[in-house]
Amino acid sequence: MPASASASHDAAGAPGSGARAAARGRGPTLFGLTMGLPALVWQLVLFATPLVFMVLMTFWLVVNFRPTPDLSLANWSKLLSAGYFRDIYLRTFLYGMLAAGIASVMAFPCAYLLAFKARPNIRWLAVFLLITPFFTSYLVRTYTWKVILTGDGMVNAALGFVGLGPFSMVNNLFGTIVGYLTLVLPLVILLQLFSLAYVDRNLIEAAHNLRCGAVRTVFQVIVPAAKIGLVLAATFAFILSFGDYVSPTLLGGSKPPTMSILIVDVVKSGANWPEASVIAVVMSLTLLAVCFAALIFAYGKTGRRT
Amino acid sequence: MNGGRLVTFLLWCYAAFVFAFIFAPIVVSFIVSFNSDRFPTLPLAEFTTRWYEDIWGDPTLWPALQRTVIVGMCVALISTLLGFGAAYTDYRYRFFGKNFYLALALLPPTIPVVILGLAMLVFLSQVGLFGQLHSVILSHVVLCTPFAMALVRLRLSQMDESLEAAAWNLGASEWRAMREIILPFTLPAILSALFITMAVSFDEFAIAFFVSGFAETLPVRILAMFQGQVSPRINAIGSIVFSVTMALVILAQVALIVRNPARARLAGADA
Repeated sequence: MPASASASHDAAGAPGSGARAAARGRGPTLFGLTMGLPALVWQLVLFATPLVFMVLMTFWLVVNFRPTPDLSLANWSKLLSAGYFRDIYLRTFLYGMLAAGIASVMAFPCAYLLAFKARPNIRWLAVFLLITPFFTSYLVRTYTWKVILTGDGMVNAALGFVGLGPFSMVNNLFGTIVGYLTLVLPLVILLQLFSLAYVDRNLIEAAHNLRCGAVRTVFQVIVPAAKIGLVLAATFAFILSFGDYVSPTLLGGSKPPTMSILIVDVVKSGANWPEASVIAVVMSLTLLAVCFAALIFAYGKTGRRT
Repeated sequence: MNGGRLVTFLLWCYAAFVFAFIFAPIVVSFIVSFNSDRFPTLPLAEFTTRWYEDIWGDPTLWPALQRTVIVGMCVALISTLLGFGAAYTDYRYRFFGKNFYLALALLPPTIPVVILGLAMLVFLSQVGLFGQLHSVILSHVVLCTPFAMALVRLRLSQMDESLEAAAWNLGASEWRAMREIILPFTLPAILSALFITMAVSFDEFAIAFFVSGFAETLPVRILAMFQGQVSPRINAIGSIVFSVTMALVILAQVALIVRNPARARLAGADA
């Protein structure tokens, strides 16, 4: 891949490296190719190609239970005109937005505290603690929430001691949102924390000196200054929740379904890969559009206050 | 000032609540796995190791675990190799289409795993690579390489660029500079990448669910157990899975923190 490989060190003018750069030439070297090519080939063949292939698959037809190459728009028109598909799409979108909103609001006080009030070693401990669950079996964590929140589970038993409940906390939206938060909350706190850590302390000093109250400082100085990171965190929360299969299945009871549940159902029961591909492509396009909108919003002019 | 202190105190209480929310499922899973109630509630029942004995005797779990371990080790090795190469390429070279290269190398984790799994299923079955253990390995490497790349790239950005150039000036070939400068310096990130990629693969169920066919990995097996009845056996397996992945993630973080004095001396600017 490094076709016109040129060492950036040389460009930076590392001592006496010009001669060697000339000796190495500017074409691709065996060394450069050995480093760069394997990842390129792997991701081209096994990441880009499958995605492109999936898009092509949306135009195929199922003949005798087998996906057969075609150039038909039947799958698209069938799904896009179906009322149930529109409902599921809108619901999944709202769930994702809801999860992103709740996670952002829930995470912000934590991120604020860790960024501005905590001592450095506490902050590092918190980062360490937050990274760990992000990589730790989301599947089992969600299942355990079901055990905790179920009708005669621990939370209802505890509430029963003080004479409350029982509440219905699984197989509904509440359960689904708890699952989404389990997935995204650590990541959202981390991303918010990193963006708040880069806020210029002088801005806060200045606001303080100008007798700007603490709450007003947060909303008029800190939030605008950290806007890009905050939007990025919310966007990631949306991406993860929008595509999640586990929470709406286990904690939401899979009724009503979301887009991911629909994909799994169509693949498992119907074996209709072309239709499943249409759903996946619609999801991907939605995510692209949301990312694009988030970028425009994050870098929009309201971020720079005068 | 007193009001400010009260607010800070309340914020700490709130943060404790949020951390409790994040860690509750992990802690409760361990508790439930040693609790004799089939439908656990409060107050807890007696201590038992029955669920662990149950899963010890389950004939479907051992092959699944074995597959998961094989997949995890292969994925860790391959994706760390690929990720290292990609990180070094990004660090050192400028070339036409570099943004495309970086997108390929970094984007996979941002694609929902259900979509990635479906794309893999559709593609791998078309080229006859579907439904075996290597299908899972091939797909997991796609997902894990970006993590390895990011870790190594971060470490490389901490390196003094003139170190490698100095080695070249002293007559070292690119290969030798790689072996004696870059590799020792990035070793913590390489170890960290090995652990993290193994943890990601060890936990991944959606892609594996689509492409594994009958070669079920442990998370796919757990997913299948959800369809059956509620049982603390799932928490027993879950607690083992938690222990393994948490150990891997903690090792990954420790590898980045702990510095080998010899390496620091080599790094010069770093010491």
